[in-house]
Amino acid sequence: MKIESARKDIPILKRSFNDRPLIYFDNAATTQKPTVVIDVLKDYYENSNANINRGLYSLSHESTKLWNNARDRVAKFINAQHAEEIVFTKSCTESLNLVANTFCRDFVQEGDVIVITEMEHHSNILPWQQIAKAKKAKLEWLPVLDNYELDLNYLDYLLLKYKERVRILSVSHVSNVLGSIVDIPNLAKKIHSVGGVLCVDAAQSIAHIPIDVQNLDCDFLAFSGHKVYSPMGTGVLYGKKHLLEKLNPWLTGGDMVNSMDKNSVEWASVPQKFEAGTQNVAGVLALAEGVSWLENFGWESLCLNEEKLVKTCLAGLLSICNIKILGKDIDSKRLGIVSFKIGDIHPHDIASLLDEKGIAVRAGYHCAEPLHKRFGFGPSLRVSFGVYNTQDEVKDFLNSIRSISNRFF
Amino acid sequence: MSSLYKKNIIDHYKNPRNFKSLKTYNKRGFLSNTTCGDELEVFMYVKKSIIEDIGFQGSGCAISIASMSMLTEHIKGKNFNLITNLSDLEIFEMIGINKDTPRSSCVLLGLKTCKAVNDT
Repeated sequence: MKIESARKDIPILKRSFNDRPLIYFDNAATTQKPTVVIDVLKDYYENSNANINRGLYSLSHESTKLWNNARDRVAKFINAQHAEEIVFTKSCTESLNLVANTFCRDFVQEGDVIVITEMEHHSNILPWQQIAKAKKAKLEWLPVLDNYELDLNYLDYLLLKYKERVRILSVSHVSNVLGSIVDIPNLAKKIHSVGGVLCVDAAQSIAHIPIDVQNLDCDFLAFSGHKVYSPMGTGVLYGKKHLLEKLNPWLTGGDMVNSMDKNSVEWASVPQKFEAGTQNVAGVLALAEGVSWLENFGWESLCLNEEKLVKTCLAGLLSICNIKILGKDIDSKRLGIVSFKIGDIHPHDIASLLDEKGIAVRAGYHCAEPLHKRFGFGPSLRVSFGVYNTQDEVKDFLNSIRSISNRFF
Repeated sequence: MSSLYKKNIIDHYKNPRNFKSLKTYNKRGFLSNTTCGDELEVFMYVKKSIIEDIGFQGSGCAISIASMSMLTEHIKGKNFNLITNLSDLEIFEMIGINKDTPRSSCVLLGLKTCKAVNDT
């Protein structure tokens, strides 16, 4: 499929707001959905709806087969070695909480060290902050340097000082503010050298670069479906099989045991022991369809399209007086996220003025307050691109930004 | 569609009224809007229930600053109890923005700050 055809697949892009065609530049918050994804939801409930894994009748059997097939497809999408390494959750947030509340519960002791970074989304901070408190573990923050890179010297220092007491490092693959890519294999090598594990928040990379968990060599990787052109309420946790097998479940309930009686329980095998209760089957089937839809465009053209959008956007923004970019410069490799501010104009005012022209952007801290504070930046505006965004849209946006900054204030 | 940023809002944003801290005050309030970083601090000198003087400081978007500016003009010289009785709707009407706006937290930050004052 040619990337130019992506727009035609997305019904919502036909909408107008404030008498202007919608220009949707908030893809880091959520992506819009193609018809094929929406159709799967409808088709499931019209034709295949039954609870999975437990019914002996044909309809339930069919639903279970569809569910298992979706797991296979998602495993293939991130090149997991085994389909059992894919746990379905309701969100990236839930996936990260699952790791914090299972791995740390059993494998972090008082005085052990949990490492996160200053560039994390709150969903990759709060689970660790809370479990560190509960376990009386140390929570260490890797600083972000002035060049927006992680301070790896500090990580080396922590590994040298605490050695095998550093149990886990959890880090974004791509910051939802900066857009730059973190060198995950390098971090994996470092943390593995002391026997610790690496958890990756891939919420912002999953729809933008090919993800190969075996190459990344991460132990856990989390992402949400809705940021990859799929339904809200779907999430994925990848975990290396031998690790998932060692963990006790977090949520307990229906459909996750082999057997139980009044005093004991034998958990089901992975991944079922992590999927208690009735699952979002329709959503997960649609997620499998969503990732296929994306992959059909080919990663080369997806990445090239996004790179061109970012270059045009950054070049245009940098020509505006008093612009300040939060993130790496135009020559650096970065994904389709650009955060900025213009002089003293409050980002909320600019966002409202853009909305009056049908342009949807994000303004505020983007759930990454520590990062904004680290750079003394205050709230920022963020534009973030998806597969269906065009050069013309970026040019319209830049014209609007110019007119706001020149004329309005 | 008419712009949210009407002349009165721009005027009050660029030249906020009562934008000062008071040397003599007996009530003070401070609130921030955590999602956008807006911060407002209000000072009042209240004598025999009358707001004899009012001033505010802080930083925020055009909507929150203009709304606070208009509110201080509205309540200065009036009975302090007026603040308790002011409704959100009256603030939307005062500033001229439809209450069905994504910016309602900006519109109302000033009123909330005034309602949150404590005796000093």
